[in-house]
Amino acid sequence: MNRQAQAAVLFLTGAALLHAGLTNLYLRYVKAGLQPLLLLSGGVLIAAALATVWYEWRGRKGEAGNLPEEGHARGDDGQAHSDDGHGHVHHETRVSWLLVLPLLALILVAPPALGSYSAMRTGTALQQPFGYNALPATGPLRLGVVDYASRAVYDHGRSIDGRQIKVTGFVALDHGGRPYLVRMALNCCAADAQPVKIALTGKIPPVLQPDKWLEVTGTYTAERTKDPVNNGPIPYLRVTAATPVPTPKDPYDESWNN
Amino acid sequence: MAITKPAPIGADSHEPPGHDPELQEVDQKHEQHEKQKHEQHEQQKHEQHEKHEQAAGGPRESKSPLVLTMLLLLLVLLQGPIRGALSAPVMQSWMTVFVAVLVQALPFLVLGVLLSAAIAVFVPASFFARALPKRPALAVPVAGMAGAVLPGCECASVPVAGALVRRGVTPAAALAFLLSAPAINPIVLTATAVAFPRNPEMVLARFVASLLVACVMGWLWQRLGRTDWLRLPERPQYEGQSRGAAFWGSVRHDVMHAGGFLVIGAMAAATLKAVAPASWLRTAADNPLVAILALAVLAVLLSICSEADAFVAASLTQFSLTAKLAFLVVGPMIDLKLFAMQAGTFGRGFALRFAPATFALAIAGAVLTGAVLL
Repeated sequence: MNRQAQAAVLFLTGAALLHAGLTNLYLRYVKAGLQPLLLLSGGVLIAAALATVWYEWRGRKGEAGNLPEEGHARGDDGQAHSDDGHGHVHHETRVSWLLVLPLLALILVAPPALGSYSAMRTGTALQQPFGYNALPATGPLRLGVVDYASRAVYDHGRSIDGRQIKVTGFVALDHGGRPYLVRMALNCCAADAQPVKIALTGKIPPVLQPDKWLEVTGTYTAERTKDPVNNGPIPYLRVTAATPVPTPKDPYDESWNN
Repeated sequence: MAITKPAPIGADSHEPPGHDPELQEVDQKHEQHEKQKHEQHEQQKHEQHEKHEQAAGGPRESKSPLVLTMLLLLLVLLQGPIRGALSAPVMQSWMTVFVAVLVQALPFLVLGVLLSAAIAVFVPASFFARALPKRPALAVPVAGMAGAVLPGCECASVPVAGALVRRGVTPAAALAFLLSAPAINPIVLTATAVAFPRNPEMVLARFVASLLVACVMGWLWQRLGRTDWLRLPERPQYEGQSRGAAFWGSVRHDVMHAGGFLVIGAMAAATLKAVAPASWLRTAADNPLVAILALAVLAVLLSICSEADAFVAASLTQFSLTAKLAFLVVGPMIDLKLFAMQAGTFGRGFALRFAPATFALAIAGAVLTGAVLL
């Protein structure tokens, strides 16, 4: 890969990072806290691309002007040597072509956040929390999947029993067709995302599509089951109503990051 | 020069070498002609600069911007069918993890590359000679402890360690830094403390075990390592260039180079995450020794950022604390992504020897520390 192509790939990679960081696209892949670093690195990559083009252009102009001085001659020698086409450099530049792949994936495909496929292959990652936040005394409770599951399992539903609860998550079905409401919890990037699952019972909608986001209204029930993958605890939620909702801005649960 | 190569190769493929004197003569003439032409190039450098580059880099290399443009155009035109093929859940999950690993790692790689370019261009070699103890045996633990100040994950430490070796730091010390930096910096240790709220001793165990393994690897390299294993890829000479040109040249080179290897590692990690079944872990947890090995292998395969691996370890509830410690010690030192990047930065021969030794020592260090502290 020659300098111009390298500059182009650097520029496009930087632009893709900036694009992902400035829209909500990056939230599909990494935690929200990474945004400043993403923007910064995108800027650095674009600067590197521009610097490459600039020095290339200036190098040529310099050579055009006066006959090469000592310094220039040496610099040019080094370049000719490194571009000479012996094995090492070829190998090196071929590897660089791979950088085009994530670029295409990010710009053209922009894969969605992890969904039911990953969720059902991995065991629930529910853990006992430090403590519980105080909840409003009246009205329906809006809880995250992780919050509901940990209160139901480790607090035995004490703070939520008898209340109307609203939980948002996506649908996942196991081999037997049993429906779960899932949210992937994330610490750094999607590679370490782990599901937390709630099993649904009660008035479940007749047709459930995996990966569709639902806001489920229901009540606490003491019933529990075990995750077949890792024997982790999965609480039930008795559904009274379910409405489809659009995918939230941040599809992951990041409550463990704080 | 490269431009003369096609002719002899063509002749070889048609006729046994040396059989046709006429053809040889033609070849020689051709070669001479090319040489003359090349000398002309040298004289009229400016005008012929592009042709010169073509001759030097080979015709295929110089077409790369064209290839890139064609590739992009083709992919834009074929968006529909490609999207269809990629919509299977396995492929989607693969792509998401692949992109996620890169989007997460690139900022840290850029950070490491900037640091390594700064070391290469602005820090004089004499600084490291003064900062590190003269005796390599002492320089190793000092460099290992210095790893605590690089706040980032493992992607940042590879280019920095490469720059240190180029700057004349003894390889044993640079390798100790490479291994310890991703595991013992404050961000990673804080994350470990948050992930194991009921086992604060885990933080100490991780720090001790990681530092221990890094130092032992450094000393081991000093005793057994041979310089010819360590082959730093040639890079453009920076003497005679302005500092700005050298700095950005180093940044460009490192991002393109290490970035390519990072892509290989991300592909491997995404494949495992999307394809390998998680249920085999449950059977492995029953036997304490198998459990330690299983989590060490898992750490290599998953290639998770060292800032997040503590949370994954904490969720592997059916495993012993020592097995989790092995996961936390092995992961930042060697995984698929790191192996690819080390092979790119230090040479394949180095990576093939260094990685298994690191893996074995990291497990031993974790078990030892686990037996004492956990």
